[in-house]
Formats: sequence, structure tokens, C-alpha cells
Amino acid sequence: MRTTTILYALLGLFALCVPLLGIYPVFMMQLLCVAMFACAFNLLLGFGRMLSFGHAAFFGSAAYATGWLITAHAWGPGAAIFAGVAVAAILGLAVGTLAIRRQGIYFAMITLALAQLVYFVCLEAPFTGGENGLQGVPRGKLLGFLPLKSDLVLYYVVLAVFVAVYLFIRRVVHSPFGQVLKAIRENEPRATSLGYEINRYKLLAFVLSATLAGLAGALKALVFGFVTLTDVDQSTSGEVILMTLLGGTGTFFGPVLGAAVVVTLQQYLSDLVGGWVTAIIGAIFVACVLSFRSGVVGELAAWHLRRQKASNGPVV
Amino acid sequence: MTTVFGIPVAVILGQLMLGLVNGSFYALLSLGLAVIFGLMRVVNFAHGAFYTLGAFAALLGLQQLGINYWASLALAPLAVGLIGIAVERLLLRRVSGLDPLYGLLLTFGLALICEGSLTKVFGATGQSYPVPPALAGAVNLGFMFLPLYRAWVIAVSIVVCFSTWFVIERTRLGATLRAATENAPLVQAFGVNVPLLVAATYGGGVALAALAGVLASPIVLVNSHMGSSLVIVVFAVVVIGGMGSILGSIVSGLALGIVEGFTKVIYPEASNVVIFLVMALVLILRPTGLFGRD
Repeated sequence: MRTTTILYALLGLFALCVPLLGIYPVFMMQLLCVAMFACAFNLLLGFGRMLSFGHAAFFGSAAYATGWLITAHAWGPGAAIFAGVAVAAILGLAVGTLAIRRQGIYFAMITLALAQLVYFVCLEAPFTGGENGLQGVPRGKLLGFLPLKSDLVLYYVVLAVFVAVYLFIRRVVHSPFGQVLKAIRENEPRATSLGYEINRYKLLAFVLSATLAGLAGALKALVFGFVTLTDVDQSTSGEVILMTLLGGTGTFFGPVLGAAVVVTLQQYLSDLVGGWVTAIIGAIFVACVLSFRSGVVGELAAWHLRRQKASNGPVV
Repeated sequence: MTTVFGIPVAVILGQLMLGLVNGSFYALLSLGLAVIFGLMRVVNFAHGAFYTLGAFAALLGLQQLGINYWASLALAPLAVGLIGIAVERLLLRRVSGLDPLYGLLLTFGLALICEGSLTKVFGATGQSYPVPPALAGAVNLGFMFLPLYRAWVIAVSIVVCFSTWFVIERTRLGATLRAATENAPLVQAFGVNVPLLVAATYGGGVALAALAGVLASPIVLVNSHMGSSLVIVVFAVVVIGGMGSILGSIVSGLALGIVEGFTKVIYPEASNVVIFLVMALVLILRPTGLFGRD
């Protein structure tokens, strides 16, 4: 417990000092957005055991909505992000309602197919810019006075949103709602027989996860100033699964770590190995599934637990 | 010229023909998925990758070794089937007995490796495979032109699909397979080599995907990502048909191809998404799928 508090304090200090350390702020903002996306995804997979293979649909549609409202209708960033998140939430409600009608792998296939539907809509709709996507989304001023044009200001805004989302997810998981969700994860029939309307819990978890994924996407649109088809593509859905799996599903910090590793790899690996990035990501996937199923944080926690048990002597 | 709702009949029939060709691929792929899922409880995300591998095997066989189309039709599925058996023995076996989600994730990783490597080595642009001379051209049926190669694809697919159905539902081997699907330990106790059966089933399932790839190579451009979008459509087909049924997967594959062809005539903008919309509708009306049993 003590070690985790110290680690969090160090990480917080590091996050606050990033601009002083000479780390490129846009890279850090990208990392925070992607980490937020992974945390949102983990809420569903880690705590509800629902594998969504289409989370890019929420991330991307919120990004498109935000970008479009800013470029075509000159909305302010705050209102546009809010609207983008609302789009993701409504889409999450629609997809979730259909997908929770089946469980397990069917759930995964249904979310994948519905996300592909969203992809085609984004490809062909008149306001998304087709293959080119939306370019040149201005950052504007948040609440009318905060100049987001400055990377420094935007960095602290994104950091604040990220911390709020992280704490919110912890709160949700530790709430009675989160406990019921975990009960459903462990044993669905038993949760039903205890009188819980499991579909309502699952749907709420799905919508929450989609909404937070949308928030991540909307912020990402603002950070980079563009939205492309990659944001709604199935490869993005696959990457968020990999990040969560690599870091540790069902742990709070795992998805953040996984996102940091994958984003850093993509940033630096692409210079080193050229076109092999997709194949390497696939290989990491295979390695994770075969021998690393609890992820980095999960394995560390298990190791820590074993050590504690050993030092306390055998449990009788 | 005869028209229906202002659309020439020849155009409608032409699109139906194209739809049926797509449906043939859906049927071959969803059949393989259903057979693999039935025995192994694995949703084979790499199915699209094996389809791509089949097409590449035919293309490279022709370019490098001079193997003609007819030989490829047998050799490519054989080679890909052997790769499939190796994948099952070395990798998939290790996640059997775990949550089926891990099988899905593992095969997803394999699909990425395959697609990424092919893109790196052969580039992202497609290469064309010549239509075999014996099947080039078209016949005039009076009311429409029938391209010979496309008719051939539909015929092969239907024959292969129904032979597979026959083997599984009407032969002793199929009976063993179905018994192992119901209760593998019991079948093993009767002296059947179940692990071998599982490996052979996976090999057979992906060989069907590779056959679809060879059949498709003269029609589409052979490229590294030809399978990745197809596999999503096939997943939707499988959700619609229900994975429990062999016949269901064949019938819904062909039928959805026709539905897609029809949509191209009536409202072309929706042709990419119509199968997903049908899936949503089926989930609302009959969540277990049209032929589902669970």
C-alpha cells in the first residue's frame, strides 16, 4: 500500500514537471489521451469481462464530432468536446443495447461488426472529409479565456482531465455499482439469481466506457488538430486491447503503463524497424496471450503478494 | 429491354451474380469458422489471414514456380492447411481450456503478424492473377451475359460447402467429429485420438479459407489486407446465422451475398453496411441467430 502511494506521488510529480524536462508536450498529450482511452476500455474488459472489439468507434466518432463542430460551425473547444462526448455516449447506448444481447465471443464479434458500420459511415458521410479526414482543427480558447494554442496550457488541461477520469474510474469500480459489475464478471447466473438486473448494469458499464473513450477521442482531435479514418479503424480497437492486456486487465494502472509502452514503441520503433511495426505488435499480442495473461502490473502484484505471504510464513 | 422498377433486368441479374460470388466466399469462410468453433470453441480471427495466404500461395506459386491455377486449387489449401495444423499444435493448444476470449485474441495477434509481414515484404499495392484461359470470357444466356469464371466460383463453392456438410453430417468421420464437439473427453475414452482430430479440424477449416483465397485471386487484386475487412463481414454472417449450425452458415453466407448484391442495385451507398444492419436486426428479433441453438 505504502509503495503504491509513493509511486503515485512520484508519477504525479513527473507529470507536473514534464514541460521542464524537455519532453515534447504533444507526445505526452498523445500518451495521456491514449492512456485515458485504455482506462475507459479496461473499465469494460477488466471489471465487466466484456471484450469490445470496436471501441475505436466511440473514440473516433467523438473526435469527428468535435473536429467537425469546431471547423464547420466555429464552436468553442469546451462545447465541441461536450458534444463529441455526447455523440459517443449515444452511440455507446445503441451499440451496447445490441451487443449485450449476446455474451463472450459473440459480444466481441458484434461490437467489431457494428464498429465497422461506424467506420463506413465515417468514410462515406459528407462531413467527415472521407479519406482525407478533417484537417486544421483550431484549438481555440477554453471557456473563452484559456488559450489552448499554447502546448503548455493544453498539456495541463489534458493532464487535469486525465487525472479526473482516472479517479472517476477508481470511484466507479469501488462503488456498489462496480461491486455488482465484478460479481457479474465472476458469475453471471449467480448475480441474476441474487436479484440483480444484470443487463442494466452491463449496459451502464458499456455506456460509461464508451463515453470516456469519446472524451479521450475528443481531446485527441484538439491536441493534433486533425481527425482521420485511423481513429475509427479496427486497428485502433486492436491497439487499445493490446495496451490493456499488456499492462494488466482489471488493474487500475495497467492500461496506463500499457499505453505508455505501446505509444513509445510506435514512436521510436517505426524509425528503427520500418514497416515491421504491425507484425511486431501482433507478436507482442501472441506473447501476451501465451505467457503474460495478467499483464505487467498484474504479474507484479501477484509477485508482491507471493513475497508477502512468504515473509509472513505459511498460511495455516 | 425488360425493366423492374425502372432498373433493367440484366443489371439486376448481373448484380445478383456478383452478390452470389461474394456469398460463395462468405459461405466458405463462415463454414470453416463454424467447424473450428464447434470443436475448439475458438473464434478464428486469423481466418481472413489464411484466406489472404491462400491467394498469395497461388500468386507466388505461379510467379516463382510456374504452378498453374488448377494445381494451386489443390496445393495452396494443402500448404495453408499444414500451416494451420502447425499453428494449432504450437500455439492454439496452449490456450485451450481457457476463456475463449484468449483464443480470439491469440488469433487476432497471428492475423496482425501475417498481414504486417505480407505488407512489409510485398507492399500494400495489389497484384493481379490471370484468369485461367479455360474459364475466360462469358456466355450469352439470352437474357444476360454469364462470366464463366464467376459461375465457376459459385459452382466450386457450392460443391465444396455441401460436400463438407455431407462429410460432417452423414459419414462416420463426421459422426466422431460431432461427438467430440459434444463431449471430447468421452470420445477420447472410446479410443479416438481427439488431439489429432482437433488439429486436423483446424487445418481443414483454414484450408477452406485458403481455397476461397485461391478462388478469389483472379477476381480481386491480391494484397496483404484483402482478408482483414472480409473477416469482419464473415463474423457478422456468423452472428446472423448462428455458429452452431453447419448448414446455417452455408445458407446464410450465400443469402447475405445476394442481399448485398440487391442493395448494390437499389441503394449502392448502403451496400458496404447492409450485412451489419441485417445483423443488428437479427440481434433485436432473434438474438441466438437464425439457425442458432444455444
